[in-house]
Amino acid sequence: MAEELPDPDSAPYWEGIAAGELRYQRCGACDAAIFYPRSICPVCGTPDPAWQVSAGEGVVHACSVIHRAPPVHKDEAPYVVALVDLAEGFRMMSRIVDCAPDAVAVGQNVRVVYRDDSDGKPAPYFAPAGEV
Amino acid sequence: MSLKKACAIAGVAESRLGVVPDSTVMTLQAEAMVAALAEAGLEKSDVDAVFSSGNWGRLPQLQAAEYLGIRPSYSDNTSVGGASFEFHLGHAAAAIQAGLCKVAVILYGSTQRSRRERRIFETHTDLGYQYEVPYGLPIPVGAYALAASRHMAQYGTTSEQMAELAVATRAWAQLNPAAYRRDPLTVDEVLASDMIASPLHRLDCCLVTDGGGCIVVVSPEIAKSMPKAPVWLLGQGEAHSHAQISEMPELTVTPAAQSGKRAFAMAGIKHGDLDVVEIYDSFTITVLLTLESLGFCKPGESGAFVTGGRTAPGGEFPLNTNGGGLSYCHPGQYGIFLLIEAVRQLRGECGDRQVADATLALASGTGGVLSSNSTCILGLE
Ligand SMILES: [Zn+2]
Repeated sequence: MAEELPDPDSAPYWEGIAAGELRYQRCGACDAAIFYPRSICPVCGTPDPAWQVSAGEGVVHACSVIHRAPPVHKDEAPYVVALVDLAEGFRMMSRIVDCAPDAVAVGQNVRVVYRDDSDGKPAPYFAPAGEV
Repeated sequence: MSLKKACAIAGVAESRLGVVPDSTVMTLQAEAMVAALAEAGLEKSDVDAVFSSGNWGRLPQLQAAEYLGIRPSYSDNTSVGGASFEFHLGHAAAAIQAGLCKVAVILYGSTQRSRRERRIFETHTDLGYQYEVPYGLPIPVGAYALAASRHMAQYGTTSEQMAELAVATRAWAQLNPAAYRRDPLTVDEVLASDMIASPLHRLDCCLVTDGGGCIVVVSPEIAKSMPKAPVWLLGQGEAHSHAQISEMPELTVTPAAQSGKRAFAMAGIKHGDLDVVEIYDSFTITVLLTLESLGFCKPGESGAFVTGGRTAPGGEFPLNTNGGGLSYCHPGQYGIFLLIEAVRQLRGECGDRQVADATLALASGTGGVLSSNSTCILGLE
């Protein structure tokens, strides 16, 4: 993830990842869980949602084994890209690692793990977990 | 306020399609516009409004109008992916109804096949750059694959059912001389084609072709004196819900649920009244989800809905009668061709693929990653 460029919205998120924390936001007015990071609640429009820390436990909402990968990821295929529903009520995209790609299924429990990318910076991935 | 019969379509045309190496995005649009205006019996000097959704170059709306020599007094570059042209038709109707213009051209052209302009792996969007792009989801196919995986898990939809749609669509293409792929296709061949992003195989995916199109939209007053029978806009709705697939409110429900409801209400018709239906088929799953969202079947039932050749020639639900983006052409933003085919079906110009006595048609465009939808209902007088 060499091109990762934190912006004012995302800097606290990436600082959290570096510290081993999966951070997300929660609206102080309507209590919506918010991901990706924003300066305004997309549900009710209230500015400046608060930062919280996720336990990193979730469920695979949808997944796809990528065989024809974008050029920069060609050597990594096949790999599993998934949408993960975190227990705190937000959804994020990631990859499911530490298992055979075809073994990943919708509804599976997963837990966040951090992996360094080519530039040595950690990023959040998910691995199969037991019963949550 | 309703847009019912606020405008009529007076002319439609494709440019050359398929592989057109001696062309540019501009020459293809010029070709289509000349043919569409001729059909409408109008001159370029009659055109006072331009709608386009190019994805080439800087300020494409200005480039297209300049190249064609149009200085419009009404201009709309709404660009929401492949559905843009159904949005344009609604916007043109509103502008005509408000008296802001009388003759609008809706334009599209792409040379993505010959010039390899399509950046299929171009996943760099500002919002997704930090949260989606790093994980290597190929856009758009990977996003549609995620939706398909969810639909399969939630409802038991199968790859065979998605393949059935591709096969039925190919059968329509076999009846269309302008279609790019006209060789026979079987469910087994779809399932045996390379897996691109599971559960989507290569033959679940649309073509990559060159091509352009133009639609001439006129006021009711001008429609009275047209060479061909006017095709009226009876209802239109539009909606978009997200830009990135991780933000889609429900992966199995597209914005067609909102836009379709409005279009049907405006037209004052029921689903069963329609004679022919054109639904954006960027991928097989796109059609299944759109059928459900538009209310042609219940959530989860689209797999069964398309099984058994029901949407093929001779079937009870004529769907994507030109052969669709899957087999006829798909130059990046396909939505303009849905409207062109719907108009031709209503005029009875479709030869071997003509749906008998078609008087009501629906065209539903989907853009982005199931992000945008506009649905138009068209009819004869
Ligand atoms: Zn809120």
